[in-house]
Amino acid sequence: MSYELDGQEIATDEEGYITNLSEWTPELGAVIAKAEEVEMDEEHWAVVNFLRDYYEEYQIAPAVRVLIKSIKKSMGPEVGNNKYMYELFPYGPAKQACKIAGLPKPTGCV
Amino acid sequence: MEDGVKKFLYVNRKAPYGTIYALESLEVVLIGAAFDQDVSLAFLDDGVFQLVKSQDTKDIGVKNFSPTFRALGDYEVTKLFVEKESLDERGLTADDLQEIMWEDEDEDYAEKPSIRIISRTEMADVMSDQDVILSF
Repeated sequence: MSYELDGQEIATDEEGYITNLSEWTPELGAVIAKAEEVEMDEEHWAVVNFLRDYYEEYQIAPAVRVLIKSIKKSMGPEVGNNKYMYELFPYGPAKQACKIAGLPKPTGCV
Repeated sequence: MEDGVKKFLYVNRKAPYGTIYALESLEVVLIGAAFDQDVSLAFLDDGVFQLVKSQDTKDIGVKNFSPTFRALGDYEVTKLFVEKESLDERGLTADDLQEIMWEDEDEDYAEKPSIRIISRTEMADVMSDQDVILSF
């Protein structure tokens, strides 16, 4: 599969994660979110941006419990809890948010 | 020690690049961290090169995964034992290694160092204290 942005085709793996991480832009993030049927609001973007910062710093996408723990610390327990995070990203906050953020699937995710 | 919790030691003996051992070891550690075991890492022989700071892999065309060691604290992996003799034999000192910290939630997120440099004799004690040893 692939995404289309401004007439350009963006290659992905069979699960829809983009293969060239440097092709990501917020506009592409919005296209992927649409394909995932996630309506992005401020909090979705905060999680996506958090993931991108985490990847930039540590070169990995964090496991879901690490993500939720870190979000809890940086954005507070109202956002950083399982229930809320799954409301934002129904197919798994790490898995789905990473896809929208243009990152690889988190290590250890099957 | 809680029931069902075992002491796991991942032993790293190889240089970070050139073979896949170092990266595979780190990935297994990250995946295994989900099982809430008591995990330690040991670095000896050429394995000590994995922790050297300011790694730059641009010219060899592979990913520099050394920043990932700094994420281990988030996965509650906070014990990185480095053998002093292995450092000495390679002309390395503690100052050549990157700083790896973990945050202690029980002490208001106080930052504590994860790397502990120990002697060969102490390393033997660490090893004999384990339930499971995985060598890479």
